[in-house]
Amino acid sequence: MQISMTVNGNDVTSEIEPRVLLVHYIREVLGLTGTHWGCDTSNCGTCVVLMDGQPVKSCTVLAAMAAGHDIRTVEGLATGGTLDPVQQGFMEEHGLQCGFCTPGMMLTARALLDKNPHPDDTEIRQAISGQICRCTGYATIVRSVQWAAAHPAGHGLDDAPATDYSAGTGLDGTDTAVPDVATETAETGTEVKA
Amino acid sequence: MQIPAPFDYVRATSVDNALELLARYGPESRVVAGGHSLLPMMKLRLSRPEWLIDINDLYELDFILRDGNKLRVGALTRHTTLLESDEVAALFPIVRDAELVIADPVVRNRGTIGGSLCQADPAEDLSTVCDVLAAEAVIRGPRGERILSMSEFHRGPYETAVGQDELLCELRFGIRPRTGSAYEKVERRVGDWAVGAAGAAVTLAADGTVDDAAVGLTALGLDHLVADAAAVLRGRRPDEELFAQAGRLAAAACDPVADQRGPVDYKRHLADELTQRVLRRACARAAQMQEG
Amino acid sequence: MTVIHDRPSNPAAGDEDRPIGYGRIQRKEDPRFVRGQGHYLDDIVLPGMLHSAILRAPVAHARLVSIDTTNALAHPKVVAVITGKDLLGLKLAWAPTLSADVQAVLVTDKVRFQGQEVAFVVAEDRYAARDALELIDVEYDVLPPLVDARKALDPDAPVIRDEIEGRTDNRIFDWEIGDKAETDAVFASADVVVSQEVVYPRVHPAPLETCGAVADFDAVNGKLTLYETTQAPHAHRTLFAIVAGIPEHKIRIVSPDIGGGFGNKVGIYPGYILAVVGSIVSGRPVKWVEDRSENLMSTSFARDYIMQGDIAATKDGKILALRTHVLADHGAFNATAQPTKNPAGFFSIFTGSYDLKAAYCSVTGVYTNKAPGGVAYACSFRVTEAVYLVERMVDVLARKLNMDPAELRLKNFIKPEQFPYANKTGWVYDSGNYEAAMRLSMQLAGYEDLRREQAEKRERGELMGIGVAFFTEVVGAGPRKHFDIVGLGMADGAELRVHPTGKAVVRISVQSQGQGHETTFAQIVAEELGIPPEDIEVVHGDTDQTPFGLGTYGSRSTPVSGGAVALVARKVREKAKLIAGAMLETRPEDLEWEKGRWFVKGDPSVGKTIAEIAMGAHGTVALPEGVDGNLDAEVTYDPPNLTFPFGAYICVVDVDPGTGQVKVRRFVAVDDCGTRINPMIIEGQVHGGLTDGVGMALMEIIEFDEAGNCLAGSFMDYLIPTAMEVPDWETGFTVTPSPHHPIGAKGIGESATVGSPPAIVNAVVDALAPFGVTHMDMPCTPARVWAAMQGRARPPI
Ligand SMILES: Cc1cc2nc3c(=O)[nH]c(=O)nc-3n(C[C@H](O)[C@H](O)[C@H](O)COP(=O)(O)OP(=O)(O)OC[C@H]3O[C@@H](n4cnc5c(N)ncnc54)[C@H](O)[C@@H]3O)c2cc1C
Ligand code: FES
Ligand code: FES
Repeated sequence: MQISMTVNGNDVTSEIEPRVLLVHYIREVLGLTGTHWGCDTSNCGTCVVLMDGQPVKSCTVLAAMAAGHDIRTVEGLATGGTLDPVQQGFMEEHGLQCGFCTPGMMLTARALLDKNPHPDDTEIRQAISGQICRCTGYATIVRSVQWAAAHPAGHGLDDAPATDYSAGTGLDGTDTAVPDVATETAETGTEVKA
Repeated sequence: MQIPAPFDYVRATSVDNALELLARYGPESRVVAGGHSLLPMMKLRLSRPEWLIDINDLYELDFILRDGNKLRVGALTRHTTLLESDEVAALFPIVRDAELVIADPVVRNRGTIGGSLCQADPAEDLSTVCDVLAAEAVIRGPRGERILSMSEFHRGPYETAVGQDELLCELRFGIRPRTGSAYEKVERRVGDWAVGAAGAAVTLAADGTVDDAAVGLTALGLDHLVADAAAVLRGRRPDEELFAQAGRLAAAACDPVADQRGPVDYKRHLADELTQRVLRRACARAAQMQEG
Repeated sequence: MTVIHDRPSNPAAGDEDRPIGYGRIQRKEDPRFVRGQGHYLDDIVLPGMLHSAILRAPVAHARLVSIDTTNALAHPKVVAVITGKDLLGLKLAWAPTLSADVQAVLVTDKVRFQGQEVAFVVAEDRYAARDALELIDVEYDVLPPLVDARKALDPDAPVIRDEIEGRTDNRIFDWEIGDKAETDAVFASADVVVSQEVVYPRVHPAPLETCGAVADFDAVNGKLTLYETTQAPHAHRTLFAIVAGIPEHKIRIVSPDIGGGFGNKVGIYPGYILAVVGSIVSGRPVKWVEDRSENLMSTSFARDYIMQGDIAATKDGKILALRTHVLADHGAFNATAQPTKNPAGFFSIFTGSYDLKAAYCSVTGVYTNKAPGGVAYACSFRVTEAVYLVERMVDVLARKLNMDPAELRLKNFIKPEQFPYANKTGWVYDSGNYEAAMRLSMQLAGYEDLRREQAEKRERGELMGIGVAFFTEVVGAGPRKHFDIVGLGMADGAELRVHPTGKAVVRISVQSQGQGHETTFAQIVAEELGIPPEDIEVVHGDTDQTPFGLGTYGSRSTPVSGGAVALVARKVREKAKLIAGAMLETRPEDLEWEKGRWFVKGDPSVGKTIAEIAMGAHGTVALPEGVDGNLDAEVTYDPPNLTFPFGAYICVVDVDPGTGQVKVRRFVAVDDCGTRINPMIIEGQVHGGLTDGVGMALMEIIEFDEAGNCLAGSFMDYLIPTAMEVPDWETGFTVTPSPHHPIGAKGIGESATVGSPPAIVNAVVDALAPFGVTHMDMPCTPARVWAAMQGRARPPI
């Protein structure tokens, strides 16, 4: 059957089998491999894309059902070469390790911030609770989204890091002097989030 | 990833058109709403319809509407819409309680109330909600429209009164004054199906005694209301002793099966414990409504 | 003891304020990942590539009667269907495992676990391959399954490996370590002896990306290029040469970006081999990617240890000895990835962080009708099981003695002055200051206040638990004389090239699965050479481009490869000194190093930066005798000992007395991994491991029913924590460098996975103390916690 939809602002039309899952359509027909998949049972959220601005699990939507709708994937997050503040936030706050869950996490974060520009930590945790990250332990994802909330215009530069390379800033600026254990004190020896 | 067996796909343009398509393609056709129950089953090849009739374009079924002393909810209303509706939360707080623990936010963006009720999974939460709120189901088919009570609607696990050639169109909830409701679920993890859950609705009389009450259970082997709960509660002033009594009734009425979520005695205990909790909360809410 | 001062500025970059080397810098790999431009296995598309799918056994134990592939072959898009019989012809039906056993690639005689590989379909597309599985007819003669390890040695137990000549039972090995007589004697005269059976259930690493491979066999030049989700590309190359008979120089293994590994991607699975066979048979590239249920049901599980623990102490709380017997369930094939001489991995470090008089352990490994594997899930070669056992036992003892668990630990720690410390089972711990870490953790947690709050809550019937755990990890194998995997010594190489303009490429043998190697290893070179990390490219994951080494698992990247990288950079630095001498026309002995530059002693204004030296080396400078014209070096680092990171964890839980639901309210983790390279990455590693701990302690488990069905074959039942189950982690650190490691680093990848489960379980058991509960087995699900409150250690299902 023939389907048409908008993906990251571009109109696309393809001939597909009706059973093609949206995730496979995006990855294999359109070649946008930034959208990943991780389960068979709609549980992991690795495949999340935005459909008409709302996060959906693209493994549980048929490409045919998405026809006529507006799809946004991780490849459509940056605009005109400038990373979305969410993307910048994930880099600033170490919101990713293997990067596999990251596209889905970032898209959900984008949708959340569009709806609620100043979420609290619990709201962020709730928003991403349908998505598993096996690497980060989530705290840094929450911080990444908070970074984006605090910098709605990002840091204005493309990849350029805003905070690093300046010793003594960031979460654990105290770490610039690695203390000898013998002189360790709680102050110098902790990374507790302020 | 697992993949559904082949099928043909067609998009319905209206309720009438959907009914026509169902008639045309016959027993091997199925409607798909949010698809969040059907597509996972198809991927596992536990379900293999030959035709899928997509009803997502039927915006006429996506509404929340107050109509006199009834709240009408279209079958295509998404979980997220229900969760975020302040009107629904004010009238039927049980809905927000339940929606907060149904699946996860992303699934809730797609799953619909109609799909939930028609799937009739024993661990599905909205059936219990509809039961305790004494909702009516509006069903349309080639023979016209039928309005069924919940007890008529349910036919057991994965079975409802909705015929193959019919469509569930709407749920209607009677608005009653001095009524409070609540839902509580125990899950192994956020996003998991219920180990067990309970819902209650309580209407208080002007003197603060219970005028009417309903208690329902999810995933605990009882697909109708806890019988006698209303009888025991009615005319009595809500207190801990009364809740405990209702809890014992619920535990006795349920018939859970052991699985990875827990053994029978634990689930029976949950019927008791959760019944007490939701009654406590429903009564407090009813009292608040009375004051407010 | 090395003390690292402020991050120095980088004169080479001409920027006084710009620090180099160690410290918190953003990851070099992130720009591609946040754009969705990571390149994972399933993203690979080769011209003419075919897809594949594996038909798997629906039952746990059955004779294979017949397979009929006619209908599948008739499918218009099916290219080939391969069965065990075909593989027998190719001598590929059985492949060696990492534990000197063999594993069936496809079933030839008998199914030995549910989900085992039965037939392999190669087709034009992924959907057709799946469809064709339904067209294969298989007849099985079902046999009684054995899924309970406790019954494996019963005389009437079905013999699972009856294909092995002379096998009449399911015993794989009996292994012991420590002095049994001495230990028994200490037990016999101890004031207090407590015993407890502690079960570490079967769990799964379940990285978010499943395993897969794309095999591309070029028949013309006989070269196999195999893209694989592997944590150990070089070891795989050698094993493939042995298994498939392809000469090793004709094999190139490429490990692209990996979507998490956690030990799941160490072994060689039948699917990888089948992809290779498929490519040879079809003459086209073949992709195989497992789905989630295949991942959970057939590739490497973790743990499955039933441990009987005994602990002996004086009545005032001096721990004297530990003794344990373990029944180890290895599944249907012994495919555990472990150093050859250690069938129980590093479990023998179960003496933990305590100074004991005696210790003894024995382990019996058995076959069952379950998937093979065993060493995975950030387990540090079974240190996880060891730490869980000792930390539970210490808590059980604390309860018996009515002592505070933190107090009891403080009383028994190995003291700083006892390092290097030789424990009773043959390990020499490199360095440690356990008390400092424990005290810091207690201070961060506000331990005294927590105990006060708990007492108040108990009065009101509220269930709050405080769990304490301390762990000593053992990571970074080699030395190669002691540790090898199927004969390959556990050492790792590094090659460094400084290009004429002073930019560098470092090639390493280990493979990142998210640990940030491209950043950390660049930082090590930066620290040693003064080249900014952004000017250093880290190459990994391609055997044609990197030196040999055993790969990333067991937290060995920093301890082994990190050492190699530091040493190779130092080698380059020494070479740079000779060249600088020639350039400055001074004797090398008269030069002094500051970060990024050799200068003349006493005249700092006269010197050459690394970039200038690199240009000189590649340019026309007259080089000294024996120095060739480049600024390159290579090393293979064979670590003199393992490293022993440690940490002190405190967990606070609240238990709902009505439903048994556990909420982890707080978690304080103090880690000591020696020298800290990038604290941001370290913190991330810790957070991830703590989350694993919540998973294992509260929800993750792979169980089987009596018919041998796996009950956790999807993410619907194999539950992994979401953001809602974990608290905002509170981390702290102490720094006790490893004395023998070139930069003092110890490794951090698995510490938190090792240390957190006992902290959480100890907290739950502590919360349940009013019910007389002294132990409960993981996972502490609502049903199990409730059952424990009713006086049952495990609910009957
Ligand atoms: C990971 C996950 C977790 C979940 N957890 C929960 C949970 O905890 N609690 C819970 O209650 N649910 C849960 N669900 C189910 C979710 O709520 C589903 O969305 C819902 O049950 C079905 O709604 P749907 O619109 O997606 O239905 P579909 O999948 O589209 O349809 C389900 C069935 O109903 C039929 N149908 C749908 N609409 C109509 C109609 N209008 N008339 C007639 N027949 C119709 C379909 O033909 C199909 O047979 C979960 C789902 C997932 C994927
Ligand atoms: S792939 Fe797991 S939810 Fe879509
Ligand atoms: S970063 Fe690896 S799964 Fe989230």
